[in-house]
Amino acid sequence: MSIVDAPIGATAAVVLPGESRRARFWRRFKRQRAAMVAAGFLIVVALAAIFAPLIAPKDPIEQSLSDSFANPSSDYWLGADRLGRDTLSRLIYGARYSLLAAAQAVAVAVVLGVPLGLLAGFARGWFDSVASLVADAVLSIPAIILALAIVGVLGPNLTNAMIAIGIVYAPRLFRVVRGAAISVREETYIDAARASGVGTLRIARGHVLPNVMSPLIVQISLALGFAVLAEAAVSFLGLGVQPPDASWGVMLGQATAQLEDHPVLVLAPGIAIVLTVLAFNVLGDGLNDSLGREIREA
Amino acid sequence: MLRLAARRLLKVVPLLLLVSVIAFGLLSMVPGDPAVQIAGEFATEEQIAEVRSDLGLDRPWIVQYGDWLGNAIQGDLGTSPFSGVSVSTQIWQRLPTTLSLLGWALALSVLIGIPAGTIAGWRQGSVVDRVLTMGTSVGVAIPVFVSALVLALVVGLKLSWLPATGYVGFSESPVDWARHLFLPAVALALTGAAEIARQTRAGIIQVKNEDYVRTAKASGLMTRQVLGRHTLKNAMIPVVTVVGLQISRLFGLSVLVEQIFNIPGIGSRLVTAVFENDVPYIQGTVLLVGIAIVAVNVAVDVSYGYFNPRVRAA
Repeated sequence: MSIVDAPIGATAAVVLPGESRRARFWRRFKRQRAAMVAAGFLIVVALAAIFAPLIAPKDPIEQSLSDSFANPSSDYWLGADRLGRDTLSRLIYGARYSLLAAAQAVAVAVVLGVPLGLLAGFARGWFDSVASLVADAVLSIPAIILALAIVGVLGPNLTNAMIAIGIVYAPRLFRVVRGAAISVREETYIDAARASGVGTLRIARGHVLPNVMSPLIVQISLALGFAVLAEAAVSFLGLGVQPPDASWGVMLGQATAQLEDHPVLVLAPGIAIVLTVLAFNVLGDGLNDSLGREIREA
Repeated sequence: MLRLAARRLLKVVPLLLLVSVIAFGLLSMVPGDPAVQIAGEFATEEQIAEVRSDLGLDRPWIVQYGDWLGNAIQGDLGTSPFSGVSVSTQIWQRLPTTLSLLGWALALSVLIGIPAGTIAGWRQGSVVDRVLTMGTSVGVAIPVFVSALVLALVVGLKLSWLPATGYVGFSESPVDWARHLFLPAVALALTGAAEIARQTRAGIIQVKNEDYVRTAKASGLMTRQVLGRHTLKNAMIPVVTVVGLQISRLFGLSVLVEQIFNIPGIGSRLVTAVFENDVPYIQGTVLLVGIAIVAVNVAVDVSYGYFNPRVRAA
């Protein structure tokens, strides 16, 4: 939403004297109602994923053929699928796979993209030229096609799928970190540190990294949304989480097989995916507006 | 204009080489012995040895890459291990199908996205704007495989207005061709149009507050003239970038849409290739799509020169 929304108003960006970074962030973030709701929703989903065995009313892979395609009732709150498995329980356990997979993919992207971006932006020179060219080349191949290609050669399973999605996303993080690093490298305090004999690596870690954090956090939120979507797509195609385990993508894929007779099955996993992706995107935009560079009051 | 194009083309050569290195390098990611993997589950020792010498897997990496690239330039991308059909033949047969789908999807995205974004930006803050902005936020978040499923179900199966799956070539029956491609194209266009509308809205809002637009308005020109000549053309520069990016995204998403609607394009074949561990086909598709997207990006860059003469001098 950052492209669409007007830049943060002067009042939101004001720095109050004696206010810590964190307090300022909270004051600004609390004003972003949509982002607050998104954060709350994601916390609920994360808690459901962590405490799935305690919350889920039934075993997510236990079959009960007599309850095949059961309608929502007090026994099956959201109904049951073809094999009589409880939709709500599968949805709750599915949150585990979807969130964990997304976190794995983003971790791969961060490990690959952030150090290289920091180095490229800060050191420039031939390393920057080469790394940027590689990033451009990776970005020239559509994300899904490259991810599928990597899964295709590594072999289809969830870990490989998440490695693939991480590799595909890494150049995006690389670019953001590199850009931020370039914008701070000319600052006076960097010159001062360099003049007082601080080494390049220490400057990169101690001075450049903290300034890169804000755009990076925003990107990580957006990356998580992308990864949830990508996991769903890959599992939907049958290349990620393997049955009988259920991620939201697997549930959607299985629902597709019975689309004509039991279209309702698409709803629960479909809505879960849409809301979670939307929440990560809205949160990313809210963070963007709250972490932006402050305009000091004249 | 020409010099800009020439300079841009020169930068493209290393990029294309790297894309080909990535496509070739996929082979080295195959766990274990690639010859065993490629020969397939039921291959005999002789078949494996044949694959190994066919692919030159016993020679240094750089020699293998040189051979592969040389063959690829001549249109030989190897053969699929299961069917034994040449990869370039498979891609060539399926490409028109995928391009028809992409053409439809892109046309719909632009036809919906640019007017919607223009109206929203011009009437910023109005009810129309809020409804459209909300719609685009949701449009961006709905996965294409969900919208594709819903369209296939509601319009295809329940209402039976259009065929839910399958494909008919243009040469067989242009009408059936259009009928089969419409739903998949709409599924793709929903997300494409949403992105384009957001960017158009942002561009219009930025430009409409410029001095020259206010001057044009103040001097009594009709809205149509101010909007068309002064605002829209200048707001188009970021939009062209987004349209370029959408081509890449739609190319990727078309894999899912082809799979759902059972369209025999290069994307749905890629999914089977992934299941079959068909490395030559995967490499060929990555190479070809990568080259296509690099070409689109060059075209986008050169088009800046048309929309913004200042770029030509730069």
